[in-house]
Amino acid sequence: MANIKLDKLTKSYGDTEVLHHIDGQIEHGEFIVIVGPSGCGKSTLLRMVAGLETVTTGEVSIGDKMINDLEPADRDIAMVFQNYALYPHMSVEQNMAYGLKIRKLPKAEIKRRVEEAADILEIRDYLKRKPRQLSGGQRQRVAMGRAIVRDPQVFLFDEPLSNLDAKLRVQMRLEIRKLQRRLGVTSIYVTHDQVEAMTLGDRLMVLNGGYVEQFGTPIEVYEKPASIFVAGFIGSPSMNFVSATAANGVLTLSNGTTLATNTTAAGAVTVGIRPEHLFPNKDGVLKIEVDLPEKLGATTLVHGRISGAETAFTASLNGINAASTADVLSFDAPPEFLHIFDAETGKRIS
Amino acid sequence: MVENRPFLTVITHAVLVLGVIMIALPIWITFVAASHDELRMTQAPIPMLPGGHFWENFTRTLFGSGLAGNEITPVWRMLLNSLVMAFSIAAGKIVISLLSAFAIVYFKFPFRMGFFWMIFLTLMLPVEVRILPTFEVVANLGLLNSYWGLSVPLIASATATFMFRQVFLTIPDEMLESARIDGAGPLRFFWDILIPLSRTNIAALFVILFIYGWNQYLWPLLITTDSDMTTIVVSIKQMLEAAEQSPQWNIIMMTAMLAMLPPILVVIAMQKLFVQGLTETDK
Amino acid sequence: MLKRVHFIKIMLPLLLVAPQIAVTIIFFMWPAGQALYQSFLIEDAFGLSSEFVWFENFELLFDDEIYLQTFWRTAVFSSLVAVLAMSIALVLAGFAERVIKGAGAYRTLLIWPYAVAPVLAGALWVFMFNPTLGIFPFLLEKINIDWNHYLNGGQAMGLVVAAAAWKQIAYNFLFYLAAMQSIPKSVIEAAAIDGASPMRRFWTITFPLVSPTTFFLLVINIVYAFFDTFGIIHAVTQGGPANATTILVYKVYNDGFVGLDLGGSAAQSVVLMFIVIVMTVVQFRYVEKKVEY
Repeated sequence: MANIKLDKLTKSYGDTEVLHHIDGQIEHGEFIVIVGPSGCGKSTLLRMVAGLETVTTGEVSIGDKMINDLEPADRDIAMVFQNYALYPHMSVEQNMAYGLKIRKLPKAEIKRRVEEAADILEIRDYLKRKPRQLSGGQRQRVAMGRAIVRDPQVFLFDEPLSNLDAKLRVQMRLEIRKLQRRLGVTSIYVTHDQVEAMTLGDRLMVLNGGYVEQFGTPIEVYEKPASIFVAGFIGSPSMNFVSATAANGVLTLSNGTTLATNTTAAGAVTVGIRPEHLFPNKDGVLKIEVDLPEKLGATTLVHGRISGAETAFTASLNGINAASTADVLSFDAPPEFLHIFDAETGKRIS
Repeated sequence: MVENRPFLTVITHAVLVLGVIMIALPIWITFVAASHDELRMTQAPIPMLPGGHFWENFTRTLFGSGLAGNEITPVWRMLLNSLVMAFSIAAGKIVISLLSAFAIVYFKFPFRMGFFWMIFLTLMLPVEVRILPTFEVVANLGLLNSYWGLSVPLIASATATFMFRQVFLTIPDEMLESARIDGAGPLRFFWDILIPLSRTNIAALFVILFIYGWNQYLWPLLITTDSDMTTIVVSIKQMLEAAEQSPQWNIIMMTAMLAMLPPILVVIAMQKLFVQGLTETDK
Repeated sequence: MLKRVHFIKIMLPLLLVAPQIAVTIIFFMWPAGQALYQSFLIEDAFGLSSEFVWFENFELLFDDEIYLQTFWRTAVFSSLVAVLAMSIALVLAGFAERVIKGAGAYRTLLIWPYAVAPVLAGALWVFMFNPTLGIFPFLLEKINIDWNHYLNGGQAMGLVVAAAAWKQIAYNFLFYLAAMQSIPKSVIEAAAIDGASPMRRFWTITFPLVSPTTFFLLVINIVYAFFDTFGIIHAVTQGGPANATTILVYKVYNDGFVGLDLGGSAAQSVVLMFIVIVMTVVQFRYVEKKVEY
């Protein structure tokens, strides 16, 4: 069983700690996406699992076996790199076979595995070519093939799609997901792209500044973001925030507007509401002064400010909405769609 | 060329042809001298057009005893010595520089920078400035008149080490990471990945170093007292001295041609590698 | 310098650098140290005992009129070689760069003297200028110039300069050509549109833009003239007549190997080492600048 356990992992370079007490349980066959802005430590965390970075304190285990001190080659993992890291002087076939050759597998077995992987990825026609003769998407497949032939317990992906153009990225995203389902291999995938994170992961680990902000399913992360950071990072367009005071089930926003809430929060809070959860209603209490409507076809984004305060707000309306040309729009903000965070810590108040 | 001026084109080619003549003239005269008989070469003015004795001079120089009345080693033997020396120097420099560049770029170990600066120092100590003591060291080691003595003291190379260091630094880190995940140890990574990726650099450097080795003069002059170990380049000087008594310019110039030919052929045949090697090592 | 991703091992890297370090210590550092040590010693006439004399050898050296003349001569010789070899190469590269068809052929015909050993270059030139047989003395006689570099010091110097420069043109040509080819065509075209004639373009655009190469080549050529021309001088003049072509390197060889003055030769070696160190530092500082550029 290839479950992975991260136990109070930290990483320091000299005196600077870049990852702080990372905990996490990953079940066998799960697809975990580590997501966060650049410099949050997500690649470092992945590389610690791979054995390419040393662990400062804490433990990494695969299949209940502590692997902190194992060489990368002995961890039974495969990794797909951002720039693919294909060996430029070897053919596709040799690239895929290299790790197996070092492990001294029989020639026939190597051939069988390479051909099998090539069939799965539909790269059989390119087996004799060198990496430089391939397109970006084909190189990406070869990099995946190199991981598959190893038949590892764990796949590690380090932003594997970021060098592809947008259209190919969507296509490869689907393929990676299908392939992982089919092979059932435990996978960790690092990305800074929240759409990739939402669509690929069984669960997401949202990292920020070396801390885990939240670890949960995409729906949990979307519906119940654990902090202002997660709330703002996941979802597009991003959540709107406004400061408010809470007392007795009533939120008083900074412009004086009052909204009902079903939480017991009290004192200074930050209220978050997603653009898609603002419902137009001419009697709505939340009024937005429109600066600029963006008509995207399926939706119309209205950029503006809350009346009486300079807080920027965006609302997402269905279709090509004629009302968006108005100067002021009114919205309902139902209590079940309000996210309330502690103004000081930024943590969610349930 | 930005504008089309026929006159300028004519001037351009005229200047270049003049340049080529200036560069080629000494070689032409050598060739002409090597193709006449001995007698003709004692009469001034010497000829400017080739004569009919080229092959005769060629075989006499290569397989005979060279200059008449002079008991020196046959030229083929000296060519062989030169070849062994040039090859050993080039291969030796490349091998030890590859190894040390690999260590310095890919390992963290005690005195790493100390070793780096030591190698750098060799750049500042050309053989010309330490002639006598180096000669003593080689003499004490019993390496005079040997291929080892001809090549080993010259194979330390800061420039080659720097060049390989530069090449290795441009190889993406992911190559090593990927190889480590594939289970390759340091030596396997060196042999399977680094060497193949540095192939053209190695070839380019080999061309330059072969010429460097072949053209060594002062060092073989000092340490070969046994004429069997003399290199072809060194022998020219001895022939020039002999020429003061009995000038056999046809044979001397034939020897000079044979001495120049291998490195010139290398430069012309491998021009691209040669240019690459030259610009890489000196920049 | 060190890869971000690297191995942490101790024995293996030490083994890897061992051959290079061994050669460096045995054949470079130890002899250089010996030279330094010997430069502080004076041996008696029979080489039986020696005395530690601090800087006396250096004092003697810089009091020696002949040595000071050699210093001055080396400077003149190097400058002449560098200027001659570089200016001819610059002109040839400037024209070769204009040629579209046949540029490769010209390059091939111009670069091979690089492959000729200095002593061979010397042999070819000494033959062409042989006072009794050479083609040039024969031609010079027709304009009433009596050529004999065995007797005339100035002519001897001219001959070694010519041979040394001839050999170095190829190298300079290659670097100038590469530098000129890396100038963006649009810059030259812009100058042409501004109305600059080809000659003017060369001096006001091309030449300033290849100035880093000029500086680099200047250092390389001076180092070449200082050290690598030993073979040429040895073949052509052996430092004569009357020391007219003895440069520093030749004098070290001559005093040490032929004259067997160990202390004096060692002191000269140390002076030369100092010169090389200065030149290397200049060269490397320049390389650093160039990276920025």
